[in-house]
Amino acid sequence: MYAVRQWSVRHARGVNAFYRGFEALLVRMHGVFRAVGYERIEAPTAAVEKAVKGLLFDCRMCGQCVLSSTGMSCPMNCPKTLRNGPCGGVRANGQCEVKPDMKCVWVEAYRGSERIPGGIEAMSRVQFAVDQRQQGRSSWLRVAREKAELSEKRQTSDAPKGLP
Amino acid sequence: MRFEDEPVPGYPLPILPGHTSPGRFERVLRAGGFAVTTELAPPDSADPEEVFKRARVFDGYVDAINATDGSGANCHMSSLAVCALLTRVGYAPIMQISCRDKNRIAIQGDILGGAAMGVCNMLCLTGDGVQAGDHPQAKPVFDLDCVSLLDIARTLRDDHHFQSGRKISFAPRVFFGAAENPSGLPYAWRPQRLAKKVAAGAQFIQTQYCYDLPLLRGFMDKVEELGLFGKVYILAGVGPLRSAKTADWMRKNVPGMHVPDAVVARLSGAQDQAREGRNICIELIQAMREIRGISGVHIMAYRQEESVPEIVDKSGVLQGRSPWYPERDVSNHSHRTAS
Repeated sequence: MYAVRQWSVRHARGVNAFYRGFEALLVRMHGVFRAVGYERIEAPTAAVEKAVKGLLFDCRMCGQCVLSSTGMSCPMNCPKTLRNGPCGGVRANGQCEVKPDMKCVWVEAYRGSERIPGGIEAMSRVQFAVDQRQQGRSSWLRVAREKAELSEKRQTSDAPKGLP
Repeated sequence: MRFEDEPVPGYPLPILPGHTSPGRFERVLRAGGFAVTTELAPPDSADPEEVFKRARVFDGYVDAINATDGSGANCHMSSLAVCALLTRVGYAPIMQISCRDKNRIAIQGDILGGAAMGVCNMLCLTGDGVQAGDHPQAKPVFDLDCVSLLDIARTLRDDHHFQSGRKISFAPRVFFGAAENPSGLPYAWRPQRLAKKVAAGAQFIQTQYCYDLPLLRGFMDKVEELGLFGKVYILAGVGPLRSAKTADWMRKNVPGMHVPDAVVARLSGAQDQAREGRNICIELIQAMREIRGISGVHIMAYRQEESVPEIVDKSGVLQGRSPWYPERDVSNHSHRTAS
């Protein structure tokens, strides 16, 4: 919903802080997720994620969420699905070139990023090409799994070598 | 400037140390020349002579010619084909690549194909939305955006593999560029967007039309603050406005175009508005030349291409040098070989 989407940008700081906490919880649940099986919980989690983020951000379920780098303004709502900033066509009043009735997703993203500590720096990092196969999959589970596995890997590589 | 080994049509120049392409455009910029580029509107035709005819207009006045890729989302001859025709003659084309019409499979194929045809410069763009053009019923692709496109293009050239990781046997030797709009919202973030493009692989930038010099100066100051001088060559976009009416229409209808009221007022007050439009353009070029960090101008004279030589000439920015064109060194041709 457009009005809710705009609310989320206005409250980007709080929404981002809440997500950080939620993400930490997900990472801690890694053991449980792995025991049950990530593929088994994929579909129900994706459905919940779609409902929640669909309401808050008009989420398109690209499966590679970058909301923290876009001031809580979902870049997949840009008619050109730009993930690295606004195109050159933004109207002088800040409206979208393609959909004049909509605020430019990236003008919103800039406003939202200003509210998040470190948001502008995050917005200025290069986002690589989207993996279209992730469409419809849960970004929450992917992030939880990647972060947990990365820290596991770090722990094992930090352990003293030569011990059993 | 002249290089002793100007191109024999169809054959690449040697790549100088520190250069990434065997092209003349990169040479002019890296040698510190104030570069002049322009735009060729691809014909609605399958006749190659129409392309050559449109390029000849610029002979002796420009260092490189952009071939647009379905600009304004209108259908024309492809930029790849226009560039391939231009390299046959020896011109230095800049192949525009838009993300609107092709996915990453097609685009990477075009980069290899263009480089194989002798195209040394490519400009990575997002592209106008399909609603702007003559085929609003078409499917917009946007599999990539201009930044992820730059990243993939640079990977092809420097790491010798496709985005998939599959190796290529001979890398495209290309000078990659991108666009930027200093007059686009959010103003404060535009310089950082440029920095992002440089980080992703942009070596040169051609901007959207800049009619607002204070805005451009402010933009360039921020670009300098970000430490980008020396990392990227910036060519400022200019173009002659035909009349006050056209200027007003363009700022209302061309995406991202900003024309200050003062410019429109000056045009409407003139007896010969087209003449005044060219004068404004000349003055802008001269002023841009004085802005630190601007390495050249990109003249977009849609449907007024014939005015480009006069504008370049009167601006004096070439300082007497004559960019390469097919007949320039006729007397030298006899003792040059293609090896």
